[in-house]
Amino acid sequence: MTARWAAGALLAAGLAASPARADDLPVIRVEMRDGVIVPSVIEVPANTRFKLEIANTGQTPVEFESAELRREKAIAAGSTSSIVFRTVDPGSYAVFDDFHPEAKATLVAK
Amino acid sequence: MIGAFVIAFREVIEAGLIVGIVMAATRGMPGSRRWIALGVAAGLAGAALLALFAESVSDAFDGTGQDILNAGVLVVAVLMLVWHNTWMSRHGRELAGDLRAAGDAVRAGERRAAALAVVVGAAILREGAELVLFLYGLVASGASGADLQIGALAGVAAGAAVSAVSYFGLAAIPTRYVFSVTSALIVLLAAGLAAQAAQFLANAGLVTVLGQTLWNTAAILPEASWPGRVLHALVGYTDRPTALQGATYLATVLVMLALMQWSATGRPRALRTA
Repeated sequence: MTARWAAGALLAAGLAASPARADDLPVIRVEMRDGVIVPSVIEVPANTRFKLEIANTGQTPVEFESAELRREKAIAAGSTSSIVFRTVDPGSYAVFDDFHPEAKATLVAK
Repeated sequence: MIGAFVIAFREVIEAGLIVGIVMAATRGMPGSRRWIALGVAAGLAGAALLALFAESVSDAFDGTGQDILNAGVLVVAVLMLVWHNTWMSRHGRELAGDLRAAGDAVRAGERRAAALAVVVGAAILREGAELVLFLYGLVASGASGADLQIGALAGVAAGAAVSAVSYFGLAAIPTRYVFSVTSALIVLLAAGLAAQAAQFLANAGLVTVLGQTLWNTAAILPEASWPGRVLHALVGYTDRPTALQGATYLATVLVMLALMQWSATGRPRALRTA
């Protein structure tokens, strides 16, 4: 996993001069399913651009949200959507599903 | 069922409080109801479209399409609110004095109502897309069951009722003061929306300065709590504002107050909106 982030970061750094495209970003996948967030600890690279791809594999709509990261995204059942993060400081951030308040996870940037 | 009720209720009041303030601000204005109804309908239609094309919108502009769209919608709403308050600070006294005597203000009033209809539409478009996704999801998924759908619909109804209460509460203020109160609320509302717009631009990577957090009051008044959510909808409260949000908020308040002051004390007749 780490090697992939490193490769992604190198790639992003290499392309820094040219306009970076979303395809070049490291992609971190998260699955949300009717009140469950998988994985419960979402590891992301700190201080670099990355794309969080969120798949709603459940039967009900979900809303990925993090107050600390100031992001939210509603996703219909069976859909996949993504959030591009420009830069996240190292640390851990609480994440929850605003449509299923019992669903919680932690996003760890390092 | 309770969960569906709470979520639907919450999403409705976030836009509904804005609609309540705007309706109070246009109280007694000819044609204002029609414009606001139009704004609500357009907002709902836009929210449905946005929910339908959520994925393509998100993928636009390098994955920042939704942030840019949100920022754009909010900026339009803020501009309309700024214009409304500037106009009101000149003409509000005539309106409050005698609604009938303000005959020549009526035509400008129609434009003002149109501007506020845009604000209503923008508010519903922004908050509504999530609600549409949520409600549609409940209807579309056979697994949800009727009680969830009833809960969600009851939540929508309760949210609309609370929004109506906010309107009647404001409308109960004596005519002499009501426009001062709504103008003050609109300044804070616009500043809050402007600060949100700034954050969306920051999320999209279009603004990269002043990203540090000013304060963290998540322990005292979490934004996700009921008072936090209401304050967020009304005055843009956020428990971890960035310096960018704070600066945008303050700048919007100052610019609006300056424009209102200028408009109220400037040559009242010569500069009137023709």
